[in-house]
Amino acid sequence: MADEKVIHVTDGDFETTVLNAELPVLVDFWAAWCGPCRAIAPMIDELASEYDGKVVIAKMNVDENSSTPGKFGIRAIPTLILFNKGNVVDQITGAVGKAMIETALAKVL
Amino acid sequence: MKSDTLVIAGGGPAGLTAAIYACRARIPTVLIEKVSPGGQVLITDRVDNYPGFPEGIAGYELVDRMLAQAKRFGLEQRNGEIISVQPPARSGEPVKISLADGETIEAGGLIIATGASHNHLGVPGETELAGRGVSYCATCDGPFFNDAHVAVVGGGDTAVQEAIFLTKFAKRVTLIHRRDQLRAIKLLQEEAFANPKIEFVWDTVVESINGTDKVESLSLLNKKTGEKSTISVDGVFIFVGIHPNTQFLKGTVEMNQWGFIKTDEEMRTSAPSIWAAGDCREKPLLQIVTAVADGAVAAHSAELSMGHG
Repeated sequence: MADEKVIHVTDGDFETTVLNAELPVLVDFWAAWCGPCRAIAPMIDELASEYDGKVVIAKMNVDENSSTPGKFGIRAIPTLILFNKGNVVDQITGAVGKAMIETALAKVL
Repeated sequence: MKSDTLVIAGGGPAGLTAAIYACRARIPTVLIEKVSPGGQVLITDRVDNYPGFPEGIAGYELVDRMLAQAKRFGLEQRNGEIISVQPPARSGEPVKISLADGETIEAGGLIIATGASHNHLGVPGETELAGRGVSYCATCDGPFFNDAHVAVVGGGDTAVQEAIFLTKFAKRVTLIHRRDQLRAIKLLQEEAFANPKIEFVWDTVVESINGTDKVESLSLLNKKTGEKSTISVDGVFIFVGIHPNTQFLKGTVEMNQWGFIKTDEEMRTSAPSIWAAGDCREKPLLQIVTAVADGAVAAHSAELSMGHG
């Protein structure tokens, strides 16, 4: 994706970058073969710009990283999990509208 | 927005094709989509019946191509959810389109191409375990079920095609159908019956989906014998038909008992300046090819009616 505001996380840096983060982090678990994941990708980029400095927007490719999705019981994508201080605040499965994601983000702002 | 604008609601194949035709006719066109363009095609692992792609094509790729084509001719897109529509009271007046964010748009014409969404089973456990083994998208979630045992519920084209697709990952696929034969086209039936990983449970409905953190089993009822049973599975994929996304038009345009919009051959609805195209429309065959055909006819009819022709 063109937007540099979205960060890409892996099994290796998940703890440092997401669980131990100062700011809340929304992680988009996705894969290239998932149509709905591609559908929400532009919206995820938009959110990353709009919430810059308030919420970190991250993506994890489940094809390349299996241990983190396994740990959070993810068996469907796209799944968005909102973390704050290492805790799961909200979890959304499926391609949903921006309003629904913003409602979730409001819980940590 | 100027009131000579054509608004297209929905960005699946019908809406995108209407956009291609309208933009090429130089009608100012805006496509409104709730999430992002694609529609049901996005969750189709492979489209094998759309002419021109002899090897088949991934659903998302076909949609990407349609969108790129519409953009090439100047399509304008915006996000929004339409909550109600008010047709013109007399000719020359605009269609008023109300969005969830409070905005009202006036347009010279409106093509409804909002498509359809998959049905839920409506059984206990389904909502609670969504994303934890309950799925409506085999191409999205199939890879999470490597070497697992999954159930597929349904007996139509989608259920059978996705059951076949799931055998790429799962070691065993149990197809549960409420009738004693499949409704899917013959070619898919032949493929499914020949696949050693697929087994069939006939005349049976799912009564509940069970599990604490993830799907563990299904409670089944055989409709013929009345016999109840439980089957252990790691996941369940539900393909039990669709319903049209037309709730926001109730009372605005004429629909049949299931909510599919009635149109004439030019895709005109019962309300002036409003057309319908694709899976949200009452017709005998809901397919990508018929959706794109509807889109073209609707755009052409709108073009003539809006005085651009």
